[in-house]
Amino acid sequence: MDFSLSDDQTMMQDIVKRFISQEYGFETRQSLLTTKQGYSEDMWQTFAEMGWLALPIDDQYGGLGGTIIDTMLLQIELGKGLVLEPFFATAIHSASLLSKVANDDVKQQWLPKIAAGETKFAVAYAEQNSSFQVTQCATSASVTGTGYLLQGKKCVVLGAPSADQLLVTANTDTGLGVFVVDPSLAGISFNNYATNDGHRAAEITFDQVEVLTSARLDSGTNAQSAFDASRDEAIVALAAEALGIMQKLLAATGEHLHTRQQFGRKIGEFQVLQHRVADMFMALESTQSLLYYAALKIASNADDRNRATSMVKVKLAQTSRLVGQTAVQLHGGMGITDELDVGHYFKRLTCINALMGSGDQHMQRLLNHAA
Amino acid sequence: MNISFTPEELLFRDQVRDFLNKRAPAAVKHKQTAGLRLDKHDMVAWQQSLFEEGWAGINWPVEHGGSGWNATQKYIFFDEASKANMPRIVPFGLNMVAPVIYKFGNEEQQKRFLPDILSSKVWWCQGYSEPNAGSDLASLSTKAELQGDHYFVNGTKTWTTLAQYADWIFCLVRTDNSGRKQQGISFLLINMNSPGISLQPIITIDGQHEVNEVHFDNVQVPANNLIGEEGKGWTYAKVLLTHERTGIARVAESKQRFCLLQARIKELQDTPDQPHVNSVFMARVMAVEIDLVSLEYTELRVLSSIATGNAPGPESSILKILGTELQQAIDELFLDLSGLHALPFVPDQYSLGYAGDNLEPHYAANTAPHYYNNRKVSIYGGSNEIQKNIIAKQILGF
Repeated sequence: MDFSLSDDQTMMQDIVKRFISQEYGFETRQSLLTTKQGYSEDMWQTFAEMGWLALPIDDQYGGLGGTIIDTMLLQIELGKGLVLEPFFATAIHSASLLSKVANDDVKQQWLPKIAAGETKFAVAYAEQNSSFQVTQCATSASVTGTGYLLQGKKCVVLGAPSADQLLVTANTDTGLGVFVVDPSLAGISFNNYATNDGHRAAEITFDQVEVLTSARLDSGTNAQSAFDASRDEAIVALAAEALGIMQKLLAATGEHLHTRQQFGRKIGEFQVLQHRVADMFMALESTQSLLYYAALKIASNADDRNRATSMVKVKLAQTSRLVGQTAVQLHGGMGITDELDVGHYFKRLTCINALMGSGDQHMQRLLNHAA
Repeated sequence: MNISFTPEELLFRDQVRDFLNKRAPAAVKHKQTAGLRLDKHDMVAWQQSLFEEGWAGINWPVEHGGSGWNATQKYIFFDEASKANMPRIVPFGLNMVAPVIYKFGNEEQQKRFLPDILSSKVWWCQGYSEPNAGSDLASLSTKAELQGDHYFVNGTKTWTTLAQYADWIFCLVRTDNSGRKQQGISFLLINMNSPGISLQPIITIDGQHEVNEVHFDNVQVPANNLIGEEGKGWTYAKVLLTHERTGIARVAESKQRFCLLQARIKELQDTPDQPHVNSVFMARVMAVEIDLVSLEYTELRVLSSIATGNAPGPESSILKILGTELQQAIDELFLDLSGLHALPFVPDQYSLGYAGDNLEPHYAANTAPHYYNNRKVSIYGGSNEIQKNIIAKQILGF
């Protein structure tokens, strides 16, 4: 039994930490937030140079072949920086899905480009009435002479406004299919917007969009299992990001209690507030434990992997709310101002909760598995 | 024990319904039903329609133009108004400063201020909190020095809700530093147009401008704007705070929002794949419904024990805590019901005349900003931690 990190892992962690504290401070982040793009292309290139975009990708496809533990460590630190770059959409979710659903040629075509920061992807899977059961997919891909005709609408596609390519789920004659689609094709329209945590997303309408047969990466149970496995990896990455945020909120709240004076003393002297911070601390420690558990189960069979990721997502739904809400409450009115970083961490935590299935959905998945 | 309505009360309920159907402003009703943001004009129009009816001074004594309603009538009114989707009454004038003026102000002040408050002609805001006086409100340091027949006011008030609309502000100011900190506080009414007052908007994490910092730089205030005696402001404010806390429970509003939630759930249950509405979620909805019934009966018990016109006691702290926790629990259910669709941030979608693409379901993109903004309710009006201190000390005797 050994939970300690390797020297390489500790070194990487230190580098990311230093980058975030020196190059990605809150003020930098807030100024990126107000740009049209909502993030910095220069930062993205830096991410590429640092090897972070390559980290989760296999070395045979231009990546660094990092493990899920490496990704987890990176995400914890990026979480602390509240980074706005579409890292999750491209380097986590899309890269993972591509590597599981595509054949070798397609992987050779795209993964090195993701690793090098040349191409960004977004996964268009959610719909008006489907965000978790991806097989309940109203978007259709009907067979034509040369390929498929896509018809349907996708919702809240993270990273879509800046994506060079889309991975689109659609129903085919052989079950759920995953397609790689150029967003500039005729018949595709975007409604871009910011999400309330400052990221960018879009609703995408596919109206009689013609794609070639080769655009279909896979379909049926293979595509379904690939999607499911990539979602479980995405959950680990999101939970890690959330953990980083919670660590930051715990530290900020502790500091506030040590400085803010009311009733002639530091408010941290009130035991009732000390206990609230102790609750935050326990919440994030228990999240961290389940995060490790889920990360270590990611290579197991689908049932065990699903069970472990659902557990961490259910736990996160409770703890992220407790930590976020307590941090805001103990900061008083300042906690909900745009000016202070605390509210922005709180918002990102809230959005993470809604991604890749809510706590309730994962609790239901656990109950279904147990039945 | 009897909670059924008498024939007279049922008649009153019909009168309220008739008013809400026929004479409450249609434009406000439309916005409320469509989930659009209200502006100052809407809020004033709604309150003026109540004034026309003689119903603006719901808690006021009859001699000052109050409605003269008993606790049951008030309950019926708020219940019906919420069911009709009407907004709450902006509390600063009608429910906060007015009771202080009619209880502690002199006759001249009552004549000068109360009619315009009753008719919502004048908008008031509250100058209590300061950057260094939040939970410890009595440590406030905005200073008012008497020179001749004027006070000169210097300092900063914060979290001042809708000060950008306000004509007047009621302030707690420090007139004396010598004794206990509560004893040097006075209650002063200040015209917002006075030279030396400046506003600094505070933008909250939902992107809205609702609260402000108000700066006072040598603001000259006539001495006859002082309520009651110098140094008694804290006593007056405590009366006001207990009023504020009872209103803060917002039971009728929570009931209305819960009904709306149930309607949304019903819509989603009718669509084929709606994993948000699973049995785990529904168990949480039911738990909130149980708390709602409990809170409603707690409020009824408190109201029935308060003789009309008397200030509520420390029980109002129970209502404040449970009421705000319930509001926040309902916010969470709306948020979780919306799932991924809560993520888009499109505040313009909730303005009248928005011409862009509406995201569906329409309410979803407003659930997160609402959830964020409403974290304030457990902070303001005396944080819930402070309320627990009051319960422990004043009710339980610790």
